[in-house]
Amino acid sequence: MLMIPVQEGLLLAAILFALGLIGLLVRRNILFILMSTEVMLNAAGLAFIVAGARWGAADGQVMFFFILALAAAEVSVGLALVLRMHHQYKSLDADLLSRMRG
Amino acid sequence: MQTFFYTAGAVAVAATLLMILSLNAVHALLYLIVSFLAVAVIFYILGAPFVAALEVIVYAGAIMVLFIFIVMMLNLGRRAAEQERAWLRPSMWIGPSVLAAILLGEVILLLTRAGVPAPAAEVVGPKEVGLVLFGPYLIGVELTSVLLMGALVAAYHLGWHRPKLEKANVDDSRARGASPGGDFVRAGADRSPGTP
Repeated sequence: MLMIPVQEGLLLAAILFALGLIGLLVRRNILFILMSTEVMLNAAGLAFIVAGARWGAADGQVMFFFILALAAAEVSVGLALVLRMHHQYKSLDADLLSRMRG
Repeated sequence: MQTFFYTAGAVAVAATLLMILSLNAVHALLYLIVSFLAVAVIFYILGAPFVAALEVIVYAGAIMVLFIFIVMMLNLGRRAAEQERAWLRPSMWIGPSVLAAILLGEVILLLTRAGVPAPAAEVVGPKEVGLVLFGPYLIGVELTSVLLMGALVAAYHLGWHRPKLEKANVDDSRARGASPGGDFVRAGADRSPGTP
């Protein structure tokens, strides 16, 4: 049985996380910012699964459940905010939010 | 098995990259779904079939459906018909289809080889995960329920219509020079080039 080296799994997780971070930084559309956040959370979960597979433990999968619940909660609140923003500004440009009066 | 891992990893990276670079929100969602499916294949290879199923059901299913609902809700009006026509062109679905076909080929190869395909790592099944989840991590499950309840209340509160307040805010933003009716796909295109 050929094992997957743990370094390569972590490298893939790091690449996906970096791609999510790049998307978060370069895009102005708030919908794309939310999607990039999902990619980053998914990459973090992948790192946990790789570590769990390395030691054959279930803890990594448990951590992935928590990340899954976190992502679901985050995306529901984020999409509700997207709806509010589209109602008020008729646009999804994140830079428009700097006009909000705190 | 290692070849499957590298192929699925390459598909995941390519789909994520194309998601970042695509202009249309629905194109990006298709690529993101393919990326999650590829990560699910990797989870299976790493010996976590239960989490692989959850990845497909929750991430590629539920969360992406939420995104698609929002895109559909924001896209009302005359532009919707033009966009519908544009979506029928092959340039939209050819990229995600090729990437998904690679994953399908992996699944077919795995299933048609002799015997039950064994993951590359030691399999940790749902039973062990459940025993750990409701044993040492019970407080985490309780906190997760509190988090989901808070998210439910927050999403309900944010989605609540307050027409008077909304109208005042729109009038205010128009007075300050915000252009209404901007294109939500190419956000920021309506601004003057000098603004940061």
